[in-house]
Amino acid sequence: MVQPLNEKGPALKSKNLLHLENVYKSYGPKRILDNIDLSVAAGELCTVVGPSGCGKSTLLRIIVGQEQATEGDVIIDSKSASSPDSNRGIVYQKYSLYPYLSVLDNVLLGRRLNTSLFQWHRRKDEFTNEAMDFLGRVRMKEHANKYPFELSGGMQQRVSIVQTLIMRPKIVLMDEPFGALDPGTREDAQVFLLELWEEFKMTIFFVTHDLEEAAYLGTRILVLSQHYKDDRDGKSPRGAKIVADHPLTRKASATSIKSTKEFGEFVQQIRAEGFDPLSQRHVREFNLQHEDSFQTLTTEEMRRDRN
Amino acid sequence: MSKTPVFWGIHAKPPPMLRRFLSLLPFLLLIAVYMYASDLRLQENPQDKLLPSFGSMVDAIKYMAFEADKRTGEYLMLVDTISSLKRLAIGVGLSAFVGLFLGLGTGLFQGFNALFTPFVTFISIIPPLAMLPILFITFGVDELAKVMLIFIGTFPLITRDIYTASRNMPIELITKAFTLGASSTQIAFRIVLPQLMPRLLETVRLSLGGAWLFLIASEAIASTDGLGYRIFLVRRYLAMDIIIPYVLWITFLGFTFDWLLQRFNAWRYPWYNR
Repeated sequence: MVQPLNEKGPALKSKNLLHLENVYKSYGPKRILDNIDLSVAAGELCTVVGPSGCGKSTLLRIIVGQEQATEGDVIIDSKSASSPDSNRGIVYQKYSLYPYLSVLDNVLLGRRLNTSLFQWHRRKDEFTNEAMDFLGRVRMKEHANKYPFELSGGMQQRVSIVQTLIMRPKIVLMDEPFGALDPGTREDAQVFLLELWEEFKMTIFFVTHDLEEAAYLGTRILVLSQHYKDDRDGKSPRGAKIVADHPLTRKASATSIKSTKEFGEFVQQIRAEGFDPLSQRHVREFNLQHEDSFQTLTTEEMRRDRN
Repeated sequence: MSKTPVFWGIHAKPPPMLRRFLSLLPFLLLIAVYMYASDLRLQENPQDKLLPSFGSMVDAIKYMAFEADKRTGEYLMLVDTISSLKRLAIGVGLSAFVGLFLGLGTGLFQGFNALFTPFVTFISIIPPLAMLPILFITFGVDELAKVMLIFIGTFPLITRDIYTASRNMPIELITKAFTLGASSTQIAFRIVLPQLMPRLLETVRLSLGGAWLFLIASEAIASTDGLGYRIFLVRRYLAMDIIIPYVLWITFLGFTFDWLLQRFNAWRYPWYNR
């Protein structure tokens, strides 16, 4: 028997790594996020897409702790999380690397901040080897002594991912990390990311505006959108909700999958679900297919009896 | 066919030789006008002191810089330069030190911001030269008052500049440091502070102009040595043959420090402004 969506919350909360329930975010009278319910299992590569300005980045900033939710809780590993800490790693699109540190020092930064001066002298070689090993994986070894400004955008993002990854955070949050890269570089970076994800069994929460990127990379794709209908009156403030949630099965990580017919049709379906203001679904009819999706609707949001 | 103009217009591209000549031209003109006027006056009255010839200036410098003073056995220009630079270095150094930590603290920590920023703003509005009598009365006519004038005159600007720079530090870099396990203190001293160093050197460089002003003003009023003291001392005898070389020497020193700081910044912090 399939459990109804609104009763799955408590079970998911104890099972999953990342759990958000009834999360709202408003800036003054303007509501950005509207009753977000979201649960992500460990090991998932969860991508988030949505029209520009829908609040994807706000959601990510709330999860990392850079901003606080107006209402609702962010739970990481069964513990309530607020300001940023080492449980959550982050990769931004801009300002990813520290400009005053060389590539190697950027990657070593996490270790350095967590090691006393005494320990540092004893373990420096060990840490340096580890950092160089990671740099080798993203083919950045020979650039270890350069400053970030001497690198291309794609190289910077590769270093930034490794800088975050080396500290083994429980979850890695990525805010359009490849958004500023040209198509070729972008595809390379995607392949690097998948390799690292497979090797280190990471949990990744990946925000992007690029549907193809989201559908290609993810094991699960969330659509965040303000285009939906519910039973509230027109005056109450409304923000974005998760309007669709699909599990994705990765057949092969080859980028050639992007040119198949099924892939194209899937991308079109996602576009219709979240990006088209004309085809709005009612909150009760969202396409929440993933086994970890749940929904806690308020009585105002669904007044009509649909049974 | 139209040609690119060499001098007039936005599109003008002066060739390198012309460019060098153009930048020298105002200097050459000034020297030429001075020599002509000086010659005219000296023809009329060989004792004229207002526009001394280059020859008499060279003689004066020889006397001031390369001959030991009969009374004290010291080289006056050297002694003046060393005392002035010492005051300048201590005053500006203190300003840089206080400005860096106060600016960093108020920029990053809201508690410090509430505590210090209104007070620093208040100090920065007081005209430093108006404080000079107060400083001389409070700290005496020795070194301390002069150093304090330079300090009070330059530290508010440095503080406010470092404050702005810390506030403008991208929040992403700070959030990321937290996710890499940094504490608040580590963020201040290991993430933000190193990024402020080139900015500090730059504001110090810009503050040096003001610092020279305060130095010379305080030396003019109460001192027994120093470049400003000497200029104002020999002013009584209308000794333009000493004053003009001294002013040029001060200008040269200022130019050299400016240049050195700029080169040091570019060499030490190649990533700055990139």
